[in-house]
Amino acid sequence: MEQQRVVLLRRSFLAGLGLAAGGLALGLAAGDAEAAPPAPLGPTALPSQPGLRTGVFLHIATDGTVSVVCHRSEMGQGIRSSLPVLVADELGADMARVKIVQGDGDKAYGDQNTDGSRSVRDGYEPMRRVGATARAMLVAVAAKKWRVPAAECVAEQHAVHHAKSKRSLDFRELVADAAKLPVPDAKTVALRPVSELKRVGGLLPLLDGPAIVTGAAQFGADVRLPGMLTAVIARPPVVGGKVVRYDGARALAVAGVKKLVELPGPQGGAVGFQPLGGVAVVADTTWAAMRGRAALQIEWDHGANAAYDSATYREALSGAARAPGKVVRKVGDVDGALAKAARTLEAEYYVPHLAHAAMEPPSAVARVDANGCEVWAPTQNPQAARTEVARALGVDEAKVTVHVTFLGGGFGRKSKPDYVAEAALLARAMGTPVRVQWTREDDVQSGYFHSVSAQYLKAGLDADGKVSAWLHRTAFPPIPSTFDGRVKTPSDNELGLGVLDLALAAPNVRAEACDAPAHIRIGWLRSVCNIFHAFAVQSFIDEIAHARQADPREVLLEVLGPARHATPAELGVQKVPNYGAPIEQHPVDVGRLRHVIERVTEISGWSAARKAGRAVGLAAHRSFLTYVAVVAAVSKDALGKVQVDEVWLVADAGTVINLDRARSQMEGAVVFGMSIALHGAITMKGGAVEQTNFRDYPVVRTTEVPQRIHVEIVKSDAPPGGVGEPGVPPVAPAIANAVFALTKTRARELPLRRLGL
Amino acid sequence: MMKIHINGSVREIDVSPDMPLLWVLRDVLGLPGTKFGCGMAQCGACTVHLDGKPTRSCVLPVSSVGAREVTTIEGLSSDASHPVQRAWAEADVVQCGYCQSGQIMTAAALLEKKPDPSDADIDAAMSPHLCRCGTYVRIRGAVHLASRLKRGER
Ligand code: FES
Ligand code: FES
Repeated sequence: MEQQRVVLLRRSFLAGLGLAAGGLALGLAAGDAEAAPPAPLGPTALPSQPGLRTGVFLHIATDGTVSVVCHRSEMGQGIRSSLPVLVADELGADMARVKIVQGDGDKAYGDQNTDGSRSVRDGYEPMRRVGATARAMLVAVAAKKWRVPAAECVAEQHAVHHAKSKRSLDFRELVADAAKLPVPDAKTVALRPVSELKRVGGLLPLLDGPAIVTGAAQFGADVRLPGMLTAVIARPPVVGGKVVRYDGARALAVAGVKKLVELPGPQGGAVGFQPLGGVAVVADTTWAAMRGRAALQIEWDHGANAAYDSATYREALSGAARAPGKVVRKVGDVDGALAKAARTLEAEYYVPHLAHAAMEPPSAVARVDANGCEVWAPTQNPQAARTEVARALGVDEAKVTVHVTFLGGGFGRKSKPDYVAEAALLARAMGTPVRVQWTREDDVQSGYFHSVSAQYLKAGLDADGKVSAWLHRTAFPPIPSTFDGRVKTPSDNELGLGVLDLALAAPNVRAEACDAPAHIRIGWLRSVCNIFHAFAVQSFIDEIAHARQADPREVLLEVLGPARHATPAELGVQKVPNYGAPIEQHPVDVGRLRHVIERVTEISGWSAARKAGRAVGLAAHRSFLTYVAVVAAVSKDALGKVQVDEVWLVADAGTVINLDRARSQMEGAVVFGMSIALHGAITMKGGAVEQTNFRDYPVVRTTEVPQRIHVEIVKSDAPPGGVGEPGVPPVAPAIANAVFALTKTRARELPLRRLGL
Repeated sequence: MMKIHINGSVREIDVSPDMPLLWVLRDVLGLPGTKFGCGMAQCGACTVHLDGKPTRSCVLPVSSVGAREVTTIEGLSSDASHPVQRAWAEADVVQCGYCQSGQIMTAAALLEKKPDPSDADIDAAMSPHLCRCGTYVRIRGAVHLASRLKRGER
């Protein structure tokens, strides 16, 4: 990673954030303080970019008020209650005098895509360095005033103190002089020992809690501008479809409907983040726009994807997974070992498309005038939104401002700014501010879906039952297809989500990636390909255990092998994508995975947890550089359906800033994973999504949630891993394994409710 | 012109009578705290009180509100002092927060009816509400806490 240095910031930058000129403002710069190159979007957006580059992150006003910029989006993970606290702790600030400022979309911040569970990972060290540098400058001023060595001064509680002479100066009294100092060389600025970071690692308060419980927090759909109109869009039901003709007379007759605007579909070969096109109904209220849309008569040309049908596609996908694919991982001689095996086992697993279904459907507000375009959006990726809006309008990015509101959930959907570009196009067409509102039906039917997948696994067992050969084939339409329609082969980054990075004790391992063409927009969804890879792998290991009539816990530990760092050579890969992180810093640490398995089976009372009518299942998975193991207990409800009684989850996410938010993310991941296990299925017919709303795309309700979800976060000083996503992957296989233990029915596909379970 | 009793005052509105109360609140009365999640009474995000009773405003034509008093999250308290709001804050319930206006309104109505609800009471009352972030377990705990706060036990 390129070395960054702390720099003083220009006035213009402060004004853009609504911060007063004067005072001390610090940012981070790479090299000559030029803005970072644009973060590559699309296919490469999964791995992390190397951290924060430039931009203002900290400002101390002359009244001592500290403003910390949160440049990542808040969508429930608590980033606004986490990163700023880290800076404040490093600085020695009093949180009561710290303000959090939400950063607009700007390349100067470096990567802002709030995706990949890496806001803390990317921000941990650089944000501390910003705080430490400001502290050093404030201390230098105080030390000079008092004519004492800087080393004798400490910054605590918003003041610099000299214990020997019992003198203190508030930051307020030091800022003006500090701002005149040159920024000290990074080598001379020491970070505090972690033990001195007073709040970090604790149960930090949720700073936005009061705004949310009073209804005052502004989500994307809540932005209201004078003269604003609202649009609801009839989009092509099939991706790539076009309007042949439409009759808008009845729509225009709806009171409040102002205009119908036809939107172009994606241009060029790739859908990317472009709007899908269709006909927009623009009205004075949301209701009028909805009624107007219902009255539209549109004749569609469904285009090339009109034959997409989940039932037939499933057969093709299964065929692909059963035939040799591109070898992406290889150690030893799998075919030879399988031939010699005392016993072989094989299984195929299937997980359907999934929709994000964040509680807030996509929505955005835009205003376009001669000066440019200003948008307000619940976006995970404000820079991508800026780029897409600029492209849609054909204007320079510098003329586009993207303000980030609260997100009513994101889960990856809101990394794709198609809905923001729609608002911009309509605002220009109308000459007034326009708010685009997606309905739930729009969200369920026109999203960027989690990929459908088939996994084929085959294992050879030796005479002792040990796995001697392991073959894994994965077939799914890859995410890069959204950005280049010709791509059919899973990318390394996607294979890095549970195939290439899976540590195994077996001496002979081969993994193959199989081609699968996409017919809808494929996108990343909370934990991405880890969902189906972990489901297949963790189910298969459980199958091996039952075939051997052995304890699944013992077999899982045996299949993973002893505590060690699994190197690329051991794994049989050129490179572990490793979520963009260096493998030296974030090794594939089997010891940590074993530890969470040991802990979760201990706290759940694994051996004793089985009772009459109740069974337990176990699964564990490393993703986003974090290690998670889950035990689920299941029984049958009064109707004979499987119910999840209790869940235990142990996570080792390395250094954690905000323990309570880490816990809440894991609690949420259990529920999200339960929705995948029990309910989630988007199916296609005639190229269009068959589901419409929560009634046919159900997500877990409180009545299905276990009375207790136990979460333990391992205390660790390893570098921070991810928190938002890694809880999800082990949940579905843990439940499916428990279901097998209870019913002797092996669920090789999800969701369970579709299997009548 | 129609009159609507909302959060303790009376407002005059001129809207199509079939417009659901949700959109009257959000688009006409400037009260965006009540959220849109499904438009089909399936998620609870739009829940308000109608004479104290939790009601899905997304499917309720404004013309059928009549003289009944509508209370929205903005009308529950202006300063987060309602016991449910205090409990929500103390338990750090919220994640993204989008479902929480609706959840809070239903919890507040439940405690009016059942000051000391059981887990089963809570599940029954809260089951119309979806939370995609998965805050359900904390909500259960926070309803119990709110009950204690309301009864002055804390
Ligand atoms: S928006 Fe009314 S219940 Fe979902
Ligand atoms: S807190 Fe996000 S939907 Fe409930």
